[in-house]
Amino acid sequence: MAFNKESQGFTFLFAVIMVVVVATVLAVAAMGLKGPQDENMKQEKMQNVLGSIQVESTREEAGAKFSEYVKKRIILDSKGNVLSEIEGSVKTLSFDGKEAYDQDAFNIDIKKQYRDKSLSDEQKRFPLFICEKDGNPYYVIPLVGTGLWGPIWGFIALEGDMNTIFGATFDHKTETPGLGAEINQGWFEDPFIGDKIFDDAGNFVSVKVVKGGADPDDQHGVDAITGGTITSNGVTSMLENTLKVYVPYFKKNSDIASI
Amino acid sequence: MSTEVKEASAAAVKEPSEPLFSKKNRLLLTDPLNDSNPITVQVLGICSALAITVQVKQAVVMSLSVLAVMIGGNLIISLLRNIIPSRIRIIVQLVVVASLVILVDQVLKAYVYDVSKALSVFVGLIITNCIIMGRLEAFALANKPWPSVLDAIGNAAGYAWILIAVAVVRELLGSGTLLGFKLIPDAFFEFGYMNNNMMILPPMALITVGIIIWIQRSKNTALIEEN
Repeated sequence: MAFNKESQGFTFLFAVIMVVVVATVLAVAAMGLKGPQDENMKQEKMQNVLGSIQVESTREEAGAKFSEYVKKRIILDSKGNVLSEIEGSVKTLSFDGKEAYDQDAFNIDIKKQYRDKSLSDEQKRFPLFICEKDGNPYYVIPLVGTGLWGPIWGFIALEGDMNTIFGATFDHKTETPGLGAEINQGWFEDPFIGDKIFDDAGNFVSVKVVKGGADPDDQHGVDAITGGTITSNGVTSMLENTLKVYVPYFKKNSDIASI
Repeated sequence: MSTEVKEASAAAVKEPSEPLFSKKNRLLLTDPLNDSNPITVQVLGICSALAITVQVKQAVVMSLSVLAVMIGGNLIISLLRNIIPSRIRIIVQLVVVASLVILVDQVLKAYVYDVSKALSVFVGLIITNCIIMGRLEAFALANKPWPSVLDAIGNAAGYAWILIAVAVVRELLGSGTLLGFKLIPDAFFEFGYMNNNMMILPPMALITVGIIIWIQRSKNTALIEEN
């Protein structure tokens, strides 16, 4: 062999070249595949929004059904004022440009916003999806919060009175399998249906996940998960913290305040 | 990392003018299916065999991912075998395997998103699959590219058939389906038949693998130790 592959210099050279080559290959692959990956995430988000108003869809038909059921996409500030209102197809960065993209509530990454501790509440933007199914309006709110091990999130759909819960879906990244991870199961999500987020006097009370089981007549409580207390509490605070931002908007746009 | 592997030394002395599918090369493909099966004989890669065999589809995708990573890894390491400085060879192997795994993960996320979600962390854990590093260290570093590729295919196939066999048993008994199709008719359930939820849990995978090992050893007496 012309060179000594065990020499110190060659070992360094080899390592450097290897790192550069590997980095290039991975960077090219990540950029090349970003398109289809983002498309998948988008479709999954659409499926989740639709799921909360009890519309089942496959990944392929999510886009079409989303534009069929979701009529308006609104961005609110932390005081409940409408910042933007958009209809029609979901805006993308590549076709519609950055301004239109930012105006579309669908494109707000609330998880990123939630994690970013440098943002004050005033700087945050809150999406609201107004859907229509069988002639009735539904208001879908994306939720984000903290479970035991990591983020939890979900979507909650309110009926036209902006009070009664029509559907709720939750998901998580790393909750304990069999315990906290069960929040994405139907038996945990379904009891939310029919509960109310305002009390009879029109005060915001949210819905609580009650340890030891909620009274079936309680309109503001559902059963917690045994052994999943911290995740269950996480769901409670996620609901309260996210929904309270929307309260001014709900009061303005419905007759809750006057009850 | 790996147990002693006999074909590594067997192929190391092979002649340059050997046909592509000589007896020795064929052995590279068939040996890992039975006599030196990575899971049932060498007991490597057990972790993933327990974790992702709840459904056949997951097992198939996992096997294909491992196959892709193994062929790529064995080929690259074998091509570079004469210039890899031996002091950093383990690091080089790790980097090669890790990059290939990231590539596979990205491709799955882009084209079979649901499966990629179901496999979640286990795709990343292919990196730690002992079979892959074991084959790189024990075979690819000392052999030419072609036998290395055959060795990769053989071992991945040996891994795959155990994985799929376990998954078939678990999905059929645990969920009453195969590849998502319902196989057990509703009439059975009306007579009180129930899906065995235990089958979904990892311990039953271990027991299933154990039963496969038992059957294999009763058929292949060469595997039975002296005492």
